[in-house]
Amino acid sequence: MTDRHVDPAKRVRESGTGAASPAGTSALLDTAVATAEESFADIDEPGVRPAGSNWRLVGRRFLRHKVASASLIVLLLLGTAAAFASVVSPYEFNPTLTPEVLADARQPPSWEHPFGTDKLGRDQLTRVLYSLRKSLLIGLGVALLSVVLGVIVGALAGFYGGWTDGALMRFTDLFLVVPELAVLLIVAKNPDPSFFGIFHFPPATEVSGMILILAALGWMAIARIVRGEFLSLREKEYVEAARAAGASGPRIILRHLLPNTVGPIVVFATLEVGLAILAEATLSFLGAGIQLPEVSLGNLISDAESTVGTDLAYLIIFPGLTLFLIVLCVNFVGDGLRDALDPKTTR
Amino acid sequence: MSALTTKDQPLLDVQDLSVEFSTHDGVVRAVNGVSFALRQGETLAVVGESGSGKSVTALSIMGLLDRSGRIAGGDIVFDGTSLPALPERDYRGLRGAGLAMIFQDPLSSLNPAFRVGDQIAEALLQHTCDKKGEARRQAAHLLEMVGIPQAADRAREYPHQFSGGMRQRAMIAMAIANRPKLLIADEPTTALDVTIQAQVLEVLRSAQQETNAAMLLITHDLGIVAGTADRVAVMYGGRVVEEGTLDDIFYRPRHPYTIGLLGSLPRLGDDPGAPLRTIPGTPPNLLRLPDGCTLAPRCPYAIERCRGERPPLEPAEGDAGHRSACFRAGELERLVAEAARP
Repeated sequence: MTDRHVDPAKRVRESGTGAASPAGTSALLDTAVATAEESFADIDEPGVRPAGSNWRLVGRRFLRHKVASASLIVLLLLGTAAAFASVVSPYEFNPTLTPEVLADARQPPSWEHPFGTDKLGRDQLTRVLYSLRKSLLIGLGVALLSVVLGVIVGALAGFYGGWTDGALMRFTDLFLVVPELAVLLIVAKNPDPSFFGIFHFPPATEVSGMILILAALGWMAIARIVRGEFLSLREKEYVEAARAAGASGPRIILRHLLPNTVGPIVVFATLEVGLAILAEATLSFLGAGIQLPEVSLGNLISDAESTVGTDLAYLIIFPGLTLFLIVLCVNFVGDGLRDALDPKTTR
Repeated sequence: MSALTTKDQPLLDVQDLSVEFSTHDGVVRAVNGVSFALRQGETLAVVGESGSGKSVTALSIMGLLDRSGRIAGGDIVFDGTSLPALPERDYRGLRGAGLAMIFQDPLSSLNPAFRVGDQIAEALLQHTCDKKGEARRQAAHLLEMVGIPQAADRAREYPHQFSGGMRQRAMIAMAIANRPKLLIADEPTTALDVTIQAQVLEVLRSAQQETNAAMLLITHDLGIVAGTADRVAVMYGGRVVEEGTLDDIFYRPRHPYTIGLLGSLPRLGDDPGAPLRTIPGTPPNLLRLPDGCTLAPRCPYAIERCRGERPPLEPAEGDAGHRSACFRAGELERLVAEAARP
């Protein structure tokens, strides 16, 4: 019984005796019977049993998704470059406008300045990298915060149902019918937003303020997804089995239901990163978000708006392409994660 | 109330239990005045077809009835405590520790996102054990007890890596983890194929012996009953129609329904081409139970009295342990013999 990988003939003999063996009186059970079952189980999986962890399996399936893997690498590279922008780039994003800097103005892309320089001689690559840092920070922050909010609301509504469900979902509907852009603009333009003068929030011109606004308007979808998952999962027999074993409501939510909802949550969070980056760019483009001289992809694009059609157009092309690339990569990663986390995919 | 001849206090005493479900169509009376008792170490099989109230009885003992269901009457006394009156918090402490349940489908009763060993450890951590490492060690030991080879390695695997029989073994391990006094097995082998059924029943029986638990075995399979139970209660239309020892039920049935059930078992030596014997008619509509005996519309021996009056569950032939709810229990043997004559 200690070595599972025994000679098959011996296994057959053992299984033969197992089936015929009389009911044992000993408390420790008839291991020959078990061997019979075990040897059948082995037929499905000859050789090595797959490694224990589900996450390793998910990782393997994700890596098999070529586009998603490539996107993840691009994102990691961009993220690293943005995080270490001061090391990667020899320039500052807002240098003191000395005559030397100004002399470099309007340089087209070159090895010296891969993304060219703007009208004031500032290196556009450096400005894009610093913007990227903000964009990624906002994307991740918004995704994290809206997932936390959405999961709490969705889990309580889905698990407890009834009155709780009704109240929480009407609250969610309330947020869903808000005309998003209008509210974003109004709130974002408010220099000192507060909740009826009680809680004061950082304004949207700061990264933290932007995260709060976008998360406040971005958690509803995840709440609905989690509620839906919980509604179906709470009827599963293993939940009843957990109840029969004496588990309390919160324990069932945390130990049994949430782990089974990780897939949709992770996928949604990834997509939310992309959406938040776009939303920030939109707001900043409309002049409501991050303000110059602080840079963001949105205000870089907005600032270079007038260059379209001139030979300075590279000033809008590079931030635009960066935005495009990063959102595209985030979505591909989300795609790959969805496939990898779905237990029904057999690839 | 109890039919036991012993003076011992029974471990579980279900007294005149009634359970109702409110639905759109009206009140469904799933269980109507069911009584039985169970002593420590004893196995009682509850037999009946779908909709006879077996599972609802089990769930009301566990306190796990749906929101729409409620205990409308009677009492369930477990180890001296009245369960329907128990506050939820205390009930939760009892579930898994004093009362444990094994469900029908081991495929869906294990959480797919959880290692098997950790799920068993979780059951331990909720009640008797407070150290994670110790619980894990015990979980592996329990898996070994239910006959899972290489238990320590298997404990680190996920349910999808287990076969059906192994999953039900794991469920049994989880149920006996805290050495409950009462084990409720709700059709524990229905989802398994026949060769695995015997193994799982054997595991269940030795697990029960090991922990000296009482077992309530719910099944519709008389074959399982014959090999496992000490006593049998036959349910029909939410009532116990006959109760007795294994021999009473199999060799001296005193209720037409029991006789019909036994008669519908296919036997070796039957003509392979012959249609299977069935009990004619359909189970009663639980929304509108007949006034008299619930079986009367389907019973070949029904008389006028059966339709107007409900037969009580009474000792058959002066034997206090063998009870039947049939007005004609005494004549049945002769009636059946007559019916069999051409």
